[in-house]
Amino acid sequence: MPESPQLLSTVNHLFRHQSGKMVAVLTRIFGSHNIELAEDVVQDTLVTALEQWKIKGIPEKPEAWLFIVAKNKALNVIKKQRNNILFGDDETQVLLQSGYTIETTFKQLAEEELIKDDQLRMMFACCHPQLSEESQVTLILKTLCGFSTAEIAKTFLTSEDTISKRLYRTKEFFRQQKVKLEIPSVGEIKNRTDAVLNSIYLLFNEGYNSTHSEELIRKDLITEAMMLCKFLTENIHTQLPKVYALLALMCFHSSRNDSRLTSAGDIILLPMQDRSKWNYEMIEQANEYMNQAAFGNTISTYHLEAAIAYEHCTAESFAQTNWQKVLEYYEWLYKISPSQITALNRVVAILQVQGPTVALQHLEAIPDKKKLESFYLYYSLLGEIHSQLYDKTMAQKYFEAAIKLTQSKAEKKMLKNKIAALLN
Amino acid sequence: MKDYLLLFRGGDAERKQLSPEQLEANMKRWQQWIGGIAQQEKYMGGQPLEAGGKVLTGTSKKLTDGPFMEGKEILGGYVHIKVSDMDEAVQISEGCPILEHETGTVEIREIGTMSAQ
Repeated sequence: MPESPQLLSTVNHLFRHQSGKMVAVLTRIFGSHNIELAEDVVQDTLVTALEQWKIKGIPEKPEAWLFIVAKNKALNVIKKQRNNILFGDDETQVLLQSGYTIETTFKQLAEEELIKDDQLRMMFACCHPQLSEESQVTLILKTLCGFSTAEIAKTFLTSEDTISKRLYRTKEFFRQQKVKLEIPSVGEIKNRTDAVLNSIYLLFNEGYNSTHSEELIRKDLITEAMMLCKFLTENIHTQLPKVYALLALMCFHSSRNDSRLTSAGDIILLPMQDRSKWNYEMIEQANEYMNQAAFGNTISTYHLEAAIAYEHCTAESFAQTNWQKVLEYYEWLYKISPSQITALNRVVAILQVQGPTVALQHLEAIPDKKKLESFYLYYSLLGEIHSQLYDKTMAQKYFEAAIKLTQSKAEKKMLKNKIAALLN
Repeated sequence: MKDYLLLFRGGDAERKQLSPEQLEANMKRWQQWIGGIAQQEKYMGGQPLEAGGKVLTGTSKKLTDGPFMEGKEILGGYVHIKVSDMDEAVQISEGCPILEHETGTVEIREIGTMSAQ
């Protein structure tokens, strides 16, 4: 049987989905210092699968098939390599070395109940506090989301070489530190979860913001981010209010996914979006997550961002958006997390509520504005404000500055359209 | 603390009679026994040995094939432990699953030093 496109697409989807799970399980069994070997075994499993499925067709339970093959291969690797490589952690090391105990120990380690939390453990390991944010996200993409180095390079708009080096350094860190694959203790869990949520948020934003054009990668990033966040809600130790808040936020945002781009890939701005194309089932789901996020006494940035997204998603039209409320949430958000991006978004709300003159005053009052000057949204907003002030020349100048700063084709086009509208 | 080598012999014929389920249960008992020693931090390593082999003998270095003796005398594997004395080594060995077989034996030997004296 030739490699039919259908087989390949089924297999690719399945592989991306399953490889993270298998890598997580094998990394726990092998020990985090052998993470690369775990990836190799999974890769080898996928190759075997593709070869056999081409001939025999896809088995009835492909996930189970992959898992059994991966386990057999992993056990063989341990049997063969046990005199050269130390496998496992302090407890399992000696047992994975002796011919008397390898097989039984391996089987016990690969039992279903243990596997359940492996992806969660892996996520915490990837978000080790000593790793940089970008290394954390890179490692998550590679190990948990089954992304290739080339795909990660596209995500970060950088070269494969850079990503390979980054991965090498991160894995070297795992080897040297023998990072334990565990869910942190109750005392640590809050801080450690923050790092995990941050990575998931970055992952989602990479997919949601159209910084690169590959539609497929963007969609997978969104799905993977939401799936990882869902794992956190499924474990009793990590189902914190802010985890639900982030999940709600992502659901609200992705509910609008189908209305954000034209079929040609051009950006449709919020006022012009066809609200009937929004996924109301997902908005309903997001509301439920919001309710689950509403306990405890801390309000996270995710709560507020979700609340803002809620206002947008539940407004019947752009004109009916409760901008006053949106503005209040931005004020609040700025208080607990005074970032410049938040300040900028706050000005967008001010523009709606109080008009361009007040908005401009606030924009100019943002402290440390210099940093914003490398950011296309800053100029795009300046352009918008000036166009509302009927200052076409300045508006055009700012939109042009914005075009220079974005790498996204869709964003460039959208800004050019704004200039064209000015000149009409 | 002293080092002891536990040498296992015999049991092969009986093992061959076991059903796959029984074999698995037997392997679990090895796991529990060795795991228990490891937990007390008295386990230094150990391996089963494959059947068959070769023997070199004396100055002529005559090479012969194994198995070289009666089944129950064939060395089947070893475990190296670190315990306070022979009594403790014996006590630990009593739990060894090789003794589930009628012909199984554990020989307990302290690891020594070659000396010119």
